[in-house]
Amino acid sequence: MSLQNFMLLSAVLFSVGLYGVLTRRNAIAVLMSIELMFSAVNVAAVAFSRYATPSALRVDPATVAEGAVQQVLTGQVFALFIITVAAAEAALGLAIIIAVYRSRGTVDVTQVNLMKR
Amino acid sequence: MAQTVLFWALAVAAVASAVAVVTMRNILRAAVMLAVSFLAVAGLFVLLNADFLAVVQVLIYVGAVSVLLVFAVLLTGDAQAGSASNRLRVPGAMLSVLLLAALGAVALRTDWALLEGVAPGTFALVQEVLTETPQQLADLLLSNWSLPFEVASVLLLAAIVGALVLVRERHP
Repeated sequence: MSLQNFMLLSAVLFSVGLYGVLTRRNAIAVLMSIELMFSAVNVAAVAFSRYATPSALRVDPATVAEGAVQQVLTGQVFALFIITVAAAEAALGLAIIIAVYRSRGTVDVTQVNLMKR
Repeated sequence: MAQTVLFWALAVAAVASAVAVVTMRNILRAAVMLAVSFLAVAGLFVLLNADFLAVVQVLIYVGAVSVLLVFAVLLTGDAQAGSASNRLRVPGAMLSVLLLAALGAVALRTDWALLEGVAPGTFALVQEVLTETPQQLADLLLSNWSLPFEVASVLLLAAIVGALVLVRERHP
């Protein structure tokens, strides 16, 4: 369990998500793959904040310096905001998909090609 | 030692269910697999001393987003038709493998030891600092990150109103 392992895991999850975004036909499946990519980024952010030693701690390893908590938790705050934005994106994306289904009768992304013709 | 075993179990579970999400034809099963993947990632957050984030991940992703996705599948009625892949399967796979190779090379070749603490004992010290993550996160969110915090609430409000407007039935 090292930072390298977490980075590799994050890379694998992100690539799998990218494959899903590029190849799925169903728009909801595309949205699911995007959520996978979001969680890969979250893993990377939290792992960095856990392993990267902040400079506030590095000054004196015996005691916790002032402002250390703030630096240690920055990655977790980032992940929290990413989760917020991902939730908003999921709600809006599904609303758009349902609106498209109402007007076109399908959620197949290859069939939604009004601007192509 | 136990942590290492747990890490590999959770990592394998996360990746395997993620692969299942992008390859399964039945979209309802893919949604369930997505929830499994989110649960595994929540376990990884616990391993990284991010207990509050783990709870948030379970509540929002497993509890809300997955259920929302299942609802959308039921509303659009394409669950039986499945989710076949389009013509981009081979180029998409090639692009993903290329990206994985690039990211993997960076992860393998970077000297992470430089980041992991120049002074000895700092890794354990980080664990000592993270005693009460919810309180510490709340302090940070309402002081240092208060502007993004407020902007996020406006974003959520806009998302709620936008989703309502988009799915509202129009009666002419």
